[in-house]
Amino acid sequence: MGIFDRDLWSEVFSTLTKNMLRTFLTTLGVIFAIVILILLLGGTNGMSNGFNRIFAGTATNSMFMWTQTTSMAYKGFERGRPIDFTLEDVDLIKQQVSEVDIIAPRIQLGDFGGTATVIRNGRTSGSGVYGDYPSIDLVSKKRIVEGRFINQNDIEDSKKVCVIGVDAYKLLFDKGENAIGKSIKINGIYFSVVGIYKKNDNINFEGENAIFVPFTTFQNAFNSGNKIGWMAILVDPDKEVAVAEKKIKTLLKRKYNIHPDDIRAIGSFDFSEIFKGISAFTLVLQGFSFFVGTFTLLAGVIAVSNILLITVKERTNEIGVRRALGATPKIIKRQIILESIVLTTFAGLIGFVISVAALHFLDYKFGHTDEYPFVNPTVSIPQILFSFILMIGLSVLIGLIPANRAVKIKPIEALREE
Amino acid sequence: MIEIKDLHKSYHMGSNSLHVLKGINFSVKEGELVAIMGSSGSGKSTLLNILGMLDNLDEGEYLLDGVTIKNLNETKAANYRNKFLGFIFQSFNLINYKSAWENVALPLYYQGVNRKLRKERAIKHLESVGLGPWVDHLPSELSGGQKQRVAIARALAAEPKVMLADEPTGALDSKTSHEVMDLIQKINDEGKTILVVTHEDDIAHMCKRIVHLKDGVIVEDKVVDQVRVTPYVQ
Repeated sequence: MGIFDRDLWSEVFSTLTKNMLRTFLTTLGVIFAIVILILLLGGTNGMSNGFNRIFAGTATNSMFMWTQTTSMAYKGFERGRPIDFTLEDVDLIKQQVSEVDIIAPRIQLGDFGGTATVIRNGRTSGSGVYGDYPSIDLVSKKRIVEGRFINQNDIEDSKKVCVIGVDAYKLLFDKGENAIGKSIKINGIYFSVVGIYKKNDNINFEGENAIFVPFTTFQNAFNSGNKIGWMAILVDPDKEVAVAEKKIKTLLKRKYNIHPDDIRAIGSFDFSEIFKGISAFTLVLQGFSFFVGTFTLLAGVIAVSNILLITVKERTNEIGVRRALGATPKIIKRQIILESIVLTTFAGLIGFVISVAALHFLDYKFGHTDEYPFVNPTVSIPQILFSFILMIGLSVLIGLIPANRAVKIKPIEALREE
Repeated sequence: MIEIKDLHKSYHMGSNSLHVLKGINFSVKEGELVAIMGSSGSGKSTLLNILGMLDNLDEGEYLLDGVTIKNLNETKAANYRNKFLGFIFQSFNLINYKSAWENVALPLYYQGVNRKLRKERAIKHLESVGLGPWVDHLPSELSGGQKQRVAIARALAAEPKVMLADEPTGALDSKTSHEVMDLIQKINDEGKTILVVTHEDDIAHMCKRIVHLKDGVIVEDKVVDQVRVTPYVQ
């Protein structure tokens, strides 16, 4: 009489298959519920993956920091004083702020967002020109389509090399022309192209019409000295970016005699804030999916319970006979609950197959283009397990209603009914 | 085998109380074939329900094979019914989606007998009631008499101490009624204790003793000369 007893199951199935149409209609609610639950979860995952693709290559625990002009008079200095960071600041921060992992200082030609004239064979492009360290790639990764990015050798030897964006390539080269090894002239100085990059769907400041040269080369070529334009700062993954940001600013404000309350003098941008916002958004969406799914499932399971109540009523006589022949309340109860579980699980599996097929279709349709933030909309194993446990749990709980009704049937009353 | 002393039973419906059994004293020895007679409302069904542990008694004593039957919970009552009693009903009460042998094997299923052994024993009992060729048939494919014979085989299956038959011939024509009574007599000949509730005189006289109930009391309890059923040519 174990749970694997053949007769127990044959009884469950014989009652459920007696009225196939009704059984099927009953399960529709559960089928829809599972479809909705899995689709919502899969969709949310797809969106979450889509966002991740957008930010792929941008370190989430990073920030940028740059200088502006002071907005408050302090220690005898007038307001409106321009501030410039130098390479010493980088070392100072590295020494004093333990939260910081990597600092990639950058210098650019002209003001922020300004461009320099780049000439090659009579063609010109107005491109942004940046002096960078290779470590910038750890903060904001570029997709290299040809050649390579700046490396440590370039820095050490101050090589006159550059990496250009695809837009700059289009302006300076013929279509299909090999750019690697060719020279371009930036503000009168020749650089040899070693790589071409493409932006990485991610948050992107430089665009594709930009040119990167080694930081040290930039210093020599354009006489920038120790000056740096801004810093990309990577914070230890276990530490808060905001904390590091505050420490660095306090440190630099003291160094440059900036009023502690002056918020304009040093500009910064905390990436982790955006990521936090987005992960909170997907989390809320996921919670919402579970909420909607659970209640739809509850409604579906209640429909199953209802139909089982009806079958119990129809089988009053049969249950009475079984009781007279020695079926204990436990046996009767177990059978009805099993019927509830079998119906729900069966419906759940159908719903699961439908929703997985639908997710595949969505993936096929929208998941492989760059147009939508929607990638690989699938549900994880824990999510599936959770859904199934939820479903079976609900079916047991709700199955108790008809099961208790069946147990309440008194054999004499059932047998009297003629 | 059955010992009943001063049995009382009333039903309460709202403020009304209906005293159905008003002090029944009654005993049945092993191997007896007793007919319980009475018009409707005489309390014979209530008595049978109490004997069958389908209903609880209010007052008095009920001993079945030396075991006191009182205030049983549902599970215990179910186990006792399964072990001690075989039921035969007027309307057969077979489970219509189960074959003849599966119906007969049902009490054994609740005893936890394995399927193979259940089938063996069910078939043996079906053969003993002359339904050997019908073991795999559904109740809907059987005649009324055959259905009642399946029900009798089912009542025998668990080897009960006592068989309780509630109007076993009530739904049958006289020819099949006699066939069924013939079978009951034969089972009794083998020593089984059987109680038959009936309101038909000729059926009652096919038993060995007749107990008359009227308005909740036994008005007559007599031993009769058993009328053997004339065997029909099958």
